[in-house]
Amino acid sequence: MVGTAVSRRLTWIVAEVVGLIDETATARSIVLHCPGWVGHVAGQHVDIRLTAEDGYQAQRSYSIAAPADGEKVVITVELVDGGEVSPYLIEDLIVGDRIEVRGPIGGYFVWEPGRGGPLQLLGGGSGVVPLMAMLRARVEVGSDISVRYLSSARSPDRILYRAELERLGREARDVDVLHTLTREHPDGWPGLTRRVDAEMLEDHAFGAGEEPLCFVCGPTPFVEAVATALVALGHRPDRVKTERFGPTGG
Amino acid sequence: MSTQSHVDGNVLGGMLIEMFGAEMTDRRGCCGECGAMNTMGAMHVYVDAPGDVMRCPACQAVLMVLTRIESVVRVNMAHMAWIEVAVE
Repeated sequence: MVGTAVSRRLTWIVAEVVGLIDETATARSIVLHCPGWVGHVAGQHVDIRLTAEDGYQAQRSYSIAAPADGEKVVITVELVDGGEVSPYLIEDLIVGDRIEVRGPIGGYFVWEPGRGGPLQLLGGGSGVVPLMAMLRARVEVGSDISVRYLSSARSPDRILYRAELERLGREARDVDVLHTLTREHPDGWPGLTRRVDAEMLEDHAFGAGEEPLCFVCGPTPFVEAVATALVALGHRPDRVKTERFGPTGG
Repeated sequence: MSTQSHVDGNVLGGMLIEMFGAEMTDRRGCCGECGAMNTMGAMHVYVDAPGDVMRCPACQAVLMVLTRIESVVRVNMAHMAWIEVAVE
């Protein structure tokens, strides 16, 4: 149970940008110092609010990318073409800027090591962000829960956290990392090269008999296809948790 | 009904905490049209309308409509039969 479930006021916190990490050409992680942060569980998100000089406000939800670490909160933002918030966060935000944050939010699409496994993580595009928080949480506590991480990206340069994932796949015990590319792939690409489908899940995901906890996050068509395929393969619907996003104006 | 444009109830988590004073995405709600019970985080939400529209994942009935005008949110409970809220 998420410890913050019962009665609390959700207040806007003025957070300071203390770090910026370019993850890909179109995605950036933002490290925020949030005074008074109550902690969070992997899979939860924050709301971000920007206010223009004329008072116009825009609000978006972003998944938290890393486990709880004091008053530090890391989000990863993917550029949405034509969006009004993501271009600012990716191109204009600098260290020392202040933005309004509230959270943590969400008690449904969450995982912590005490909830057990095995853990099947399936992400499309920037849908991998909350899954990365779960994987990092699993590695951080040294849990022996088996994890399979399968991400779908358009092209190799769009794979989030690639270097860290490859290292975890090599070094962490019982962590399997696999990427599939849906549009472009270089010669000699060792991973998969199509959209996630039932056959891919049969070959590379935990089988229904192993009763994994499945977390599926990404654009709505990705989530629909993957969740439907998992249930068709015999996974219990209550073991398949989904989070769909976009198009939400970015 | 297009399945391309909805997101999950999770996206309304912040506003639901403001309304109910507690995390709601892991609480159940019941559709008054078909009786399906689902966690709020699993409801279908359409955010590309003038308000945020929550629909039943089973029958697509409109459960709630949240319309924000400046600092006021109008909450139309439409076809939501009930929502569970944790109390201390």
